[in-house]
Amino acid sequence: MHEPLDRTFAALVDPTRRAILARLEREDSASVSELARPFAIKLPAVMKHLDVLADAGLITRSKLGRTVTVRLAPEPMREAMDWLRRYERFWSAGLDRLAAYAEGKEAEAREKDR
Amino acid sequence: MTSLTLVRRIRARPSIVFDALTMPEGIACWWGPDDGPVLLAETDLRVGGRFRVRFRMLDGSEHESSGEYLEVVRPERLTMSWRWMDGEDPGESLVEIDLRAIAEGTELTFTHSRLHDEETRRSHEAGWNGSLDKLERHFLAASNGDRHDQA
Repeated sequence: MHEPLDRTFAALVDPTRRAILARLEREDSASVSELARPFAIKLPAVMKHLDVLADAGLITRSKLGRTVTVRLAPEPMREAMDWLRRYERFWSAGLDRLAAYAEGKEAEAREKDR
Repeated sequence: MTSLTLVRRIRARPSIVFDALTMPEGIACWWGPDDGPVLLAETDLRVGGRFRVRFRMLDGSEHESSGEYLEVVRPERLTMSWRWMDGEDPGESLVEIDLRAIAEGTELTFTHSRLHDEETRRSHEAGWNGSLDKLERHFLAASNGDRHDQA
């Protein structure tokens, strides 16, 4: 269960990969060679970074002829964050009220036990 | 799978917290996202039994959710399926609540998980979990800095 989690953390930890993601966020899409240009590393090393990002579900790659176009995969992330926010709003205040209610009941029970 | 986890430390014993979570009179006092009233609370507290809760928010909108109790282990663990009646978030999700006795009372760990029924989608999205968990932690830390929320 922790394996994908570890994989994604590993993907985000590397500064080169974070730079690639940040660029894809700005530019929507880029070819592999465009992505490689700003870095002082060789193309195969960039390809390896892209493999890690793709395995973690953070980017998609599509090939047209000899050009591989890389895109950020933001939709599942956005959708999931919306879902999280919504349920966080729903439950957080409720659980605070639940705590207050249970603490009142606890005080009543202790009063009785006395 | 996307999931939200909230943790609360409560100064009450686990059996009292468990009853507050499951008995209609308790539910009526806390359920819902704001201080609007609970209009209806029904629970059939056994494995396979159902619950149904309807509430009104302060903005006047009414919402109803229902589901089935999947695990009922008083006072330690409660799990239930979850579905909105009006289809505002279609599909079923899963609520898991664990209660652990601690010196001051109970540590409640609450998890609401979104379920994806298509296996393919699940494997496709598996890679998102880690970063989501991480973002979720940031998000919760930012919005609830003073509470015990964790991812």
